[in-house]
Amino acid sequence: MPRRLLRDGRIVVDDWSYLAEAPGNADAPLILTLAEWQTERATWIARGGPLGVMLAPAHSVGVLVPDLERFALIGAEFPGPSDGRAYSQARQLREHWKFTGELRATGFVRRDLVFFMARSGFNSFELPDTEIEAAAAALSTFSAAYQPSNDAGLPFKLRRRLPDTPAIA
Amino acid sequence: MYRYDTVDKTLVAERVAQFRDQTRRFLAGELSDDEFRHLRLRNGLYIQRHAPMLRVAVPYGLLSSTQLRALGGIARRYDRGYGHFTTRQNIQFNWPKLENVPDILAELAEVEMHAIQTSGNCIRNTTSDHLAGVTPDELEDPRPWCELIRQWSTFHPEFTYLPRKFKIAVTGAAQDRAASLVHDVGVHIVRGPDGNLGFEILAGGGLGRTPIIGQVVREFLPREHLLSYLEAILRVYNLEGRRDNIHKARIKILVRSLGIEEFRRRVEAEWENTRAAGPRVTAGEIERLRAFFDPPAYRALQDADPAAGKSTAFRAWYRYNTTAHKVPGYRAVFVSLKKPDVAPGDITDTQMELVADLADRYSFGEVRVTHTQNLLLADVEQDKAYELWRALDEAGLATPNIGTLTDMICCPGLDFCSLANAGSIDVAKLINERFDDYDYVYDLGELELKMSGCMNACGHHHVGHIGILGVDKGGQEWYQITIGGAAGADASLGAVIGPSVAKNEVAETLARLLDVYVENRQPEERFLDTVRRLGVKPFKERAYAAPVAA
Repeated sequence: MPRRLLRDGRIVVDDWSYLAEAPGNADAPLILTLAEWQTERATWIARGGPLGVMLAPAHSVGVLVPDLERFALIGAEFPGPSDGRAYSQARQLREHWKFTGELRATGFVRRDLVFFMARSGFNSFELPDTEIEAAAAALSTFSAAYQPSNDAGLPFKLRRRLPDTPAIA
Repeated sequence: MYRYDTVDKTLVAERVAQFRDQTRRFLAGELSDDEFRHLRLRNGLYIQRHAPMLRVAVPYGLLSSTQLRALGGIARRYDRGYGHFTTRQNIQFNWPKLENVPDILAELAEVEMHAIQTSGNCIRNTTSDHLAGVTPDELEDPRPWCELIRQWSTFHPEFTYLPRKFKIAVTGAAQDRAASLVHDVGVHIVRGPDGNLGFEILAGGGLGRTPIIGQVVREFLPREHLLSYLEAILRVYNLEGRRDNIHKARIKILVRSLGIEEFRRRVEAEWENTRAAGPRVTAGEIERLRAFFDPPAYRALQDADPAAGKSTAFRAWYRYNTTAHKVPGYRAVFVSLKKPDVAPGDITDTQMELVADLADRYSFGEVRVTHTQNLLLADVEQDKAYELWRALDEAGLATPNIGTLTDMICCPGLDFCSLANAGSIDVAKLINERFDDYDYVYDLGELELKMSGCMNACGHHHVGHIGILGVDKGGQEWYQITIGGAAGADASLGAVIGPSVAKNEVAETLARLLDVYVENRQPEERFLDTVRRLGVKPFKERAYAAPVAA
């Protein structure tokens, strides 16, 4: 059964596959773990189809930097409701490393969290299928925010108190 | 004080709606206990020994009379007619029903209050000097900066699921009345090398199981960079703080394990990023906030001595429960929440309403919560002090003990808290019974007694001149005593005097420690100074010299 996910505020069918899901088509978009990417880097570069990579919470985003332009997707994992490292990874990727591809939240992703994730830079969300409609609605839980952030995943503009710096305008 | 505009109102109202839905889903069985726990904790809601406990934020301890009156009404209608003020300037209700909490939050929103981030592993209420804006020893009023931090930290998307809770204190005076050296981050307003005001930034302080004094990360930070620098500290902590052991997850453990040099290097490196992309503080925004804290319309008065010719009781109260004000003719007046037979920090619904009325009549409609669990009317005309005292005294709010032994800091302890090992309120009562002679208590001078019911140290026992820690020994409540701690600019951690003592031995042990002080003190020397001069040994010897007769 195809996987549904939330991307840019809309519910879509996932056009990406993980390596473990064994995609048949060599040009199909493929998501690798960091270890898979690192062990056979040359093979993957030669492959041709769009590539994505998954970061674990303990990984420094710096390990991806030399290859950043090769990835159309970066996934980051929330192992449970209390581990928030991926929020920082997302902001670093968007704001410092200017990653403009798909940034996907995986793991413990729920309607109550997607607003914060979207404000940190995630624009796609893999969550339990039964939770997707509610999560799409929850992106508009708040219509305003105090602090500037990149808000990459929000499909609308928030009312803002502190101004953006030119770097992220 | 700060007033909400449409952005603030919108955010708080949207939060109430969100939490109402989360509570509904929990009660309907759609959210598990564990999932709901993370959500309710970000709204100040704990499940406690008897009932849920709701902690309401009092940003940097500042309340309008309208807000205090609303808290009184909530205490009456949703609780058992009282509330408890905490060392972080917030108020806790111990008996609300879970299903009523969304309604309580909605009522709070009407008076521009909330319970956002008063618990959970996120940035908590920013605390400050209760004498901000009125103390003569101040470089600059810290409250506009506190409000800036409050706004920036509220629903900060990146820092809502930190390794552990995160507490920031801001002070602008020579004397540190906010215990900033035992906070995760301390922000001190200082004058820089160029003569401009900016900030000294400390990190890694904290109490709990592993008490540590904060260290300087940056000696001088230009003011426009405050938020981007805090973001750098928090990002390093969020990414690198330990998450495998709750007892080692505070930033103090990260700072200690890296060493302050390496921690600073990482923060400064990350600051290169956050300074470019993070929030900047514009002059316009800080001026906008500053205007909310403009001095009230003081009258042109002269300093007087309102105690002259008055009763001994009033003179004692005026001496201990009022303090200097920078404007001639005014005093800052403490409302003591340390009546001997009442749990420290507790206040009834009608007392809250009375203090609100008195604030309207005598102090420009504002009330402050102190770090020491009292209230303060900051702007009282000296000539009105006598009238005010009569009203406070009648309501049991004029116990003349501020800054003395019986002005104890105390956590709720075993009576309410599900974490506590031992009672603290009943020990406070025993101490009050033993030291009921005011002449003796006054003779002891400035003394900070701080008591916690468990090693989480909510009662700050490590930094009490005398600290008392409740411990569990084979199901019995015992108490470990420390001496020589301090929370101010000269912060230090107390030293344990020896084996813990039984509940009925605590007061006698304190009496012995105080005897050593009285016998050995030099003129004008405080208990703390005598301990620092003599060391623990003579105190320890006396404390355990003979069995305490129960």
